[in-house]
Amino acid sequence: MAQRAAREIGDGYYVNLGIGIPTLVANWIAPGLTVTLQSENGMLGMGPFPYLEDVDPDIINAGKQTVTEIPTTSYVSSADSFAMIRGGHMDLSILGAMQVSERGDLANWMVPGKMVKGMGGAMDLVAGVKRVTILMDHVEKSGAPKLIKHCTLPLTGRAVVDLIITDLAVFQFLERGGPLSLIECAPGVALEEIQRKTTARFDVNLESR
Amino acid sequence: MRQKTFTDANAATEGLLWDGMTLMAGGFGLCGIPETLIEAIRRSGVRDLTVISNNCGVDDFGLGILLAGGQIRKMISSYVGENKLFEQLYLAGKLELEFNPQGTLAERIRAGGAGIPAFFTKTGVGTIVADGKEVRSFKGQDYVMETALTADLSIVKAWKSDTEGNLVYRKTARNFNPMMATAGAVTIAEVEEITDPGMLDPDHIHTPGIYVDRIVQGMAYEKRIERVTTRPRPILEGVG
Repeated sequence: MAQRAAREIGDGYYVNLGIGIPTLVANWIAPGLTVTLQSENGMLGMGPFPYLEDVDPDIINAGKQTVTEIPTTSYVSSADSFAMIRGGHMDLSILGAMQVSERGDLANWMVPGKMVKGMGGAMDLVAGVKRVTILMDHVEKSGAPKLIKHCTLPLTGRAVVDLIITDLAVFQFLERGGPLSLIECAPGVALEEIQRKTTARFDVNLESR
Repeated sequence: MRQKTFTDANAATEGLLWDGMTLMAGGFGLCGIPETLIEAIRRSGVRDLTVISNNCGVDDFGLGILLAGGQIRKMISSYVGENKLFEQLYLAGKLELEFNPQGTLAERIRAGGAGIPAFFTKTGVGTIVADGKEVRSFKGQDYVMETALTADLSIVKAWKSDTEGNLVYRKTARNFNPMMATAGAVTIAEVEEITDPGMLDPDHIHTPGIYVDRIVQGMAYEKRIERVTTRPRPILEGVG
């Protein structure tokens, strides 16, 4: 999934990668592209994880992991970092999700009565970044679909998703708010399985690319 | 003659702490937190605090030590997932909590320090964050009104200062500190090094001294790391 998501990153892009699997996308960025990774805690131009002896407690990413700077790095305050995000200067945000609806609503921050962690920067990212790509398992551990008609969990944003990459397929919203199209099946995955595990309505448009 | 520098964190917080006050504390995770001042506030025993901070430390470090001592009544934060005690206290109804999107939190603090009472943002439109708030359309897009935040006291962490309180932060330890320095009725900065006037480049000051009332040099920074993440050295052929 991370490898597939990396294909969404173009030359010159400024990209924010969410915590977890989206972080792994950095490993698959095609050589030869100039891509600048942003971390919303105030780092533009993020390098790889450090060697053990180079660990610096003052250089962390938004997942609180130690990272390194590169020759073009700049540091900013949280207010300036979110000005980049909210102001529409960032090209792409890749985030995880609990649920996505057929109109592109996203829920990825809260399970009432169970998980109380907070939304962090997710609401700002989906509101402000030009393109929002979701990376998620197609179904929950219980087998319940995550790509559904209406989100039942509290929303992170309404009609904010552009592309969804799962372990089974890739879906696209040609415009924000729908309609949803299936554009790729993962290798060896039949259309029937995708239909069975998806309750969101979608068009099948596998020739689009 | 006005003197901004104080000998230690107890002296720097003297007369500024009272039960029920609102406190802003800089930092992101455990990075760039005013650890010396937090410890002084713990020792003071002040209670019923409303604390504005992006996170709430971990169970035994950072703001987590104020939580463990029952000194915090309410938190205004964006993410508290690193603190198990927080979740327990909140679900048990022993702690008030207001979640703000991280960028909205940063901007509310910036606005508070800049004399802007409220602003409109598209962050959170259509979510529970916008419940009960004014939503207005500009050029066909909906925005929600968010209000400014200020505090009775802001505690921030910088890398270096001079005796005037001009501050320089280091790398991602900057985060929320610059805005919080502007939004406190009183601001105390703790720094790793206090330099003599003239030693900092005026073009490289991040927070001008007008925002800083008191300065204290922290001792023996722990700078705990939440997630030490490294990559292996490439193994050279024929070595070892």
